[in-house]
Amino acid sequence: MIDKKKISLVLFSGDFDKAIAAFTIASGAAAVNYEVNLFFTFWGLNTIKKNRSRSVIGKGILARTFNFLMGGFNNLPLSRLNFAGISPNLMTNLMKKRNVATLRELIDASIQLNVNFYACEMSINILGLKKEDFIPEIKEILGVAKFLKLSENGKVLFI
Amino acid sequence: MKTVKLDITREHCPMTFVKTKLALEKLNKGDLLEVILKEGEPLENVPQTTSEQGNIVLEIKRIENDVHLVVIEKG
Repeated sequence: MIDKKKISLVLFSGDFDKAIAAFTIASGAAAVNYEVNLFFTFWGLNTIKKNRSRSVIGKGILARTFNFLMGGFNNLPLSRLNFAGISPNLMTNLMKKRNVATLRELIDASIQLNVNFYACEMSINILGLKKEDFIPEIKEILGVAKFLKLSENGKVLFI
Repeated sequence: MKTVKLDITREHCPMTFVKTKLALEKLNKGDLLEVILKEGEPLENVPQTTSEQGNIVLEIKRIENDVHLVVIEKG
């Protein structure tokens, strides 16, 4: 048995379009038998919060305000031409019309194909969040050292 | 042994091979998956990526203008 190929992605961005890029690569790589690690940090954490709408979570007033403003899956902005938040919906409709997988479908496919989801310990700490604030597919909350270990001998992408 | 059909003519990258992979995962060794797909990216990638993963591509034939049938045996 040959060693499995491996790709590890860091999703730093909380932009809708960049999340699509990350989950397209993640699900595509997993479908062709790569071991895939997805490491969510800072803005990227918004894609995997359990509550998809804006919610007041976290510890302390400042963290709670930040979390509310950052929002969740439903509030991910398009990195350009966001038009006060309506563009992601318009884009999703366009994707459906053209039979291209939506972000939701790409995330579901990644989960079904056993992509490993990890969340960054440091940014979770800044935002006063805990593991329970995220979707249950998050395997572990970890730091750079563990990420380097997991991504060793594979490709790494930062998005 | 069973045979399952999968139509991915309306899908695009990466869902063409994602759906093929997910369909194959549900099958047992020796079962057949009949994939209906379009020319271009799906026809180039689906047979190649599935055979790389230890499955056997038994047949590729044109069934309509740009639509092909790929028969895969789960390995």
